Amino acid sequence: MNKTKTLNHANTLNKPIDRRRFLSGSLATGAAIGASSMMSTNLMAMPAKKGGTLRVGFTQGATSDSTDPATFNNDFMFTYAYGVFNNLTEIAPDGSLIPELALKWDATPDAKMWIFELRQGVSFHDGKELDANDVIASINHHRGEQSKSSAKPLLADITSIKALDKYTITIELAGGNADFPFIFSQYNLVIHPAKGESIDFTSMNGTGAYKVKQFEPGVRALYQRNENYWKEDRAHLDEIEIILISDPAARLNALTTGEVDLIDRPDLKTLHLLKRRKGLRVEQTTGTKHYTLPMLSDVAPYKDNNVRQALKYAIDRQEMVDKILKGYGTVGNDHPIAPSMRFFNNELKQREYDADKSRFYLKKAGLKKLDIQLNLAESAWGNDTVNGGVLFSETSAKAGINIEVVREPNDGYWSNVWLKKPFCASYWGGRPTADWMFTTAYADGVSWNESRWSHEKFNQLLVAARSELNQERRREMYFDMQRLVHDEGSTIIPMFGNYVLAMNDKVQHGQTASNWNLDGLRFMERWWIS
Amino acid sequence: MFTFLSSLRTAPLSAQFGILIICIYLIAMVFAPWIAPYGETEILGSAFEPWSSTYLLGTDSLGRDMFSRIIYGARNTVGIALATTILAFLVGGLLGIVAAVMGGIVDQLLSRTVDVLMAIPSLIFALLILTIVGTSTSSLILVIATLDSTRVFRLARSVAQTVVVMDYVEAARYRGEGLWWIIRYEVLPNISSPLIAEFGLRFCFVFLFISALSFLGLGTQPPLADWGSMVRDNATLITFGDITPLIPASAIALLTIAINFVVDWKLHNASGLKDE
Amino acid sequence: MNSILLMTLKRLSLGVITLFVVSLIIFSAVEILPGDLAQEVLGQTATPETIAAFRHELGLDKPAISRYVSWLTNMIQGDFGHSLANGRAISDLLSDRFSNTLFVAAYAAIIAVPLALTLGILAALYRNSWFDRIANITTLSSISFPEFFVAYILILFLSVNNSFFPSLANISDSMPLSEQLYRTILPAITLTLVVVVHMMRMTRASIINVLASPYVEMARMKGMSPARVIVFHALPNALAPIINVIALNLAYLVVGVVVVEVVFVYPGLGQLLVDSVSKRDITVVQAASLIFAGTFILLNLIADILSILSNPRLLNPR
Repeated sequence: MNKTKTLNHANTLNKPIDRRRFLSGSLATGAAIGASSMMSTNLMAMPAKKGGTLRVGFTQGATSDSTDPATFNNDFMFTYAYGVFNNLTEIAPDGSLIPELALKWDATPDAKMWIFELRQGVSFHDGKELDANDVIASINHHRGEQSKSSAKPLLADITSIKALDKYTITIELAGGNADFPFIFSQYNLVIHPAKGESIDFTSMNGTGAYKVKQFEPGVRALYQRNENYWKEDRAHLDEIEIILISDPAARLNALTTGEVDLIDRPDLKTLHLLKRRKGLRVEQTTGTKHYTLPMLSDVAPYKDNNVRQALKYAIDRQEMVDKILKGYGTVGNDHPIAPSMRFFNNELKQREYDADKSRFYLKKAGLKKLDIQLNLAESAWGNDTVNGGVLFSETSAKAGINIEVVREPNDGYWSNVWLKKPFCASYWGGRPTADWMFTTAYADGVSWNESRWSHEKFNQLLVAARSELNQERRREMYFDMQRLVHDEGSTIIPMFGNYVLAMNDKVQHGQTASNWNLDGLRFMERWWIS
Repeated sequence: MFTFLSSLRTAPLSAQFGILIICIYLIAMVFAPWIAPYGETEILGSAFEPWSSTYLLGTDSLGRDMFSRIIYGARNTVGIALATTILAFLVGGLLGIVAAVMGGIVDQLLSRTVDVLMAIPSLIFALLILTIVGTSTSSLILVIATLDSTRVFRLARSVAQTVVVMDYVEAARYRGEGLWWIIRYEVLPNISSPLIAEFGLRFCFVFLFISALSFLGLGTQPPLADWGSMVRDNATLITFGDITPLIPASAIALLTIAINFVVDWKLHNASGLKDE
Repeated sequence: MNSILLMTLKRLSLGVITLFVVSLIIFSAVEILPGDLAQEVLGQTATPETIAAFRHELGLDKPAISRYVSWLTNMIQGDFGHSLANGRAISDLLSDRFSNTLFVAAYAAIIAVPLALTLGILAALYRNSWFDRIANITTLSSISFPEFFVAYILILFLSVNNSFFPSLANISDSMPLSEQLYRTILPAITLTLVVVVHMMRMTRASIINVLASPYVEMARMKGMSPARVIVFHALPNALAPIINVIALNLAYLVVGVVVVEVVFVYPGLGQLLVDSVSKRDITVVQAASLIFAGTFILLNLIADILSILSNPRLLNPR
């Protein structure tokens, strides 16, 4: 909603941006934000209570974790980012984009030139005040040839970043992008203090809700509330302790024995038993995380769309959701846009398991039967990945497709198997916008296009929709794109997984965000204990 | 065969029990397709069905019959463990004895190689090799056998050394007997007990090693049923007092106990003790 | 005695060579492993350009040999270097972890070795009795269960159902020793159950093996009690294989406890090593492997010296 207003307003700006106009026009944005955050406070069951210590058992994290924001790649580091630092923008629990360190933003009508005004009077934990310099250095850390950042592709379109004054920056893009401010809510793009040309990421000094008290990668982290935090009604807990417990049974035990209050990724197999325990509860959020089976579209037999269609009909999605996700998810329709997202195509018919149709497409491809390999590892879909493959091979066998499930070592899966083997498993976490999701994994030639799919019409639509400001036309374009991926894409998307958490009754929170696990990974500043 | 049977009659109860169990396992291995009510990979119903007359031990997380998987699991599990242990003993045991008997440069060369192999933590070694070559059943057998053979080598060498310095071996040397003769007639009979004892345990360690590997995501290939992975797959259920993972674990335990009972009996015979 | 000293020196120098070979093997194996640190850290989010930039920053674009040589030169000067992944000094990283590993290993060994020897001797003394059988069945079934499973069962009974002990073994230096012992008791029991049977059965087997020898017969005929025969005549002669097995198991307690570390969330060296292998953090892998290898070589050396002391004939020059 906030987004729409910004854009409508941007429409009225025909001249190149000037500071006076920008500021006056942005009042509308501010009002919209007020309304949206009101809505989320109303949803809270009770007012947040201050104080106490929250102990959390986490699955992901490694001794090799580095505080360099370019390399953040697991929950331990993601929550470190959102807990200790702030971004320019934030995704609110209702999915809308709200200001964080950026107070206001605006764009030229072609969505190519962006201006961000920063919040004043925000200081880092060491007392230094935040200014445009810090923001520019933090963004530039992920750009340029020397950068190793995983956020680099997101920022590839930026041609220049300039500071207009101490609290205003302008960013110029090579092509229009109406969803551009969403990018700055990404965990990599947290604002660090500048140090010369680059940033200081070793002293763990941010503007965020929590200060680092102890930080031992691969073991634990202890955070303490930042008493000078600039946000109101956030950072309720005195201390947060995060302990890495990679073994699912150990995580469960720690929760049942009361050694932690909250665990992520509980073993789905035993959740029905866990729920029976007094004082514990299980929560799930329908999110954007989905499981994929990419087929390399330039390798035989997957070159032929009929083969791809045959495989898409040979998978029993409901059974997958029931047995692999134990019901904690929903069926997928072979495109990556989640029902909770804007522009989700609700007119597309749900694809069902149909062995006859599968055989029909196989015949159309000139094949009687098909023998293929599916390479999997637990890194892809979690503990039950291999079982997922086995389930698929059982249903596909009835359509004459013989799938040999090959268990690959977890170690090195993303570098050896993914993007290399013609048929494998993968997953995608939350991307807040359809454009972001499509651009990341379906656009022609991008390095994460996991099926090497290249579709002329799709790519044209993608570029056109990005800078299209008419919402109706934009919606139609995204609907078309979803249909193209559904019918001609080279990725099977059997299911969307819910984010599942288990906790004891002390843990409280308001409405939770669905873009990532753990309340959009921002549970540290949003949650409290009673 | 006949002498074996007749000696069995006089064997202690524990050994007879051991033999009985081993026979039952062998029958399950050979006749699995006839004994098991359903196929190994067949998905029959919903997940975690309770025990019933249709599904004797219920179904697993995919809805496959647990009882059938246990029966088929005997083939894969015992097959792999047996192949691995025999290979490890052939290679490690033989080289260990050769090293002890020949001494000198051969001993140095073999011992130092084994030292290096053993000095690398075995789980890491397996992790490295299996990641490089992939986890097919044959590479699994070869890697574990290599690792195990170093342990067998050390044991064989050290017990053989105590025998080699005995007077009768020195006497045989002076008589000019060949290496093979000394090994066959002087060393082997005198070191067989610790080796047999070791065999019973090594066999069991293979199961454990495979399940430790599956803990790191490097187990056997699906959809084959193997007990180690079946324990791993269902392990979290035990936290809630659900005994499902105990079934494959007990299958391993029972076999281990049976084999070691037989080993104890053989050990007793080999030691030449005539009491009791 | 001099000859033992000589052998020790010889073995120590051989140990250094072994360490060198181990470092070479580990280095090449990690090199052969598909993927490198840049790829593993960036994971699914890697692109060719970011990987290239990362490699350049880490010096991974230099040839393998020159990297190994520079690592070796630093190593010889006693400098373990820094973790490639996050730049922490490896000596800091390892010292805590290693002392944790040694702590729980020693804890388990103090319980396991006397227990195994006692049970083994008693089982040999009362062989084929009910005591022998029950001791055998319990210890054998305890190792038939994978160690993570043993751990789960212990946690179920001692931690979840009856809260006697904590299910997480997180300790810190500031805790008093008694607290540390209390928090690590479940991992120590688990490890004990895993190693005790091997040592016990070897003790039993070796003793039975020498029971038929002439000198034992002689002692028996002199009218000695069976217990005295075993402790004073059979045991000393059966020591060599027992010592070997104890050394192997002690090495296992130090080296092989990854799974137990994972289940009890105990920050030891094993978990660090597995983590570093999967991230291809080669400097950490090398350092941790060398520490393990060194421990193993030392334990072995001690075992050999003790075996020789127990049976001086092993020193006979040929």
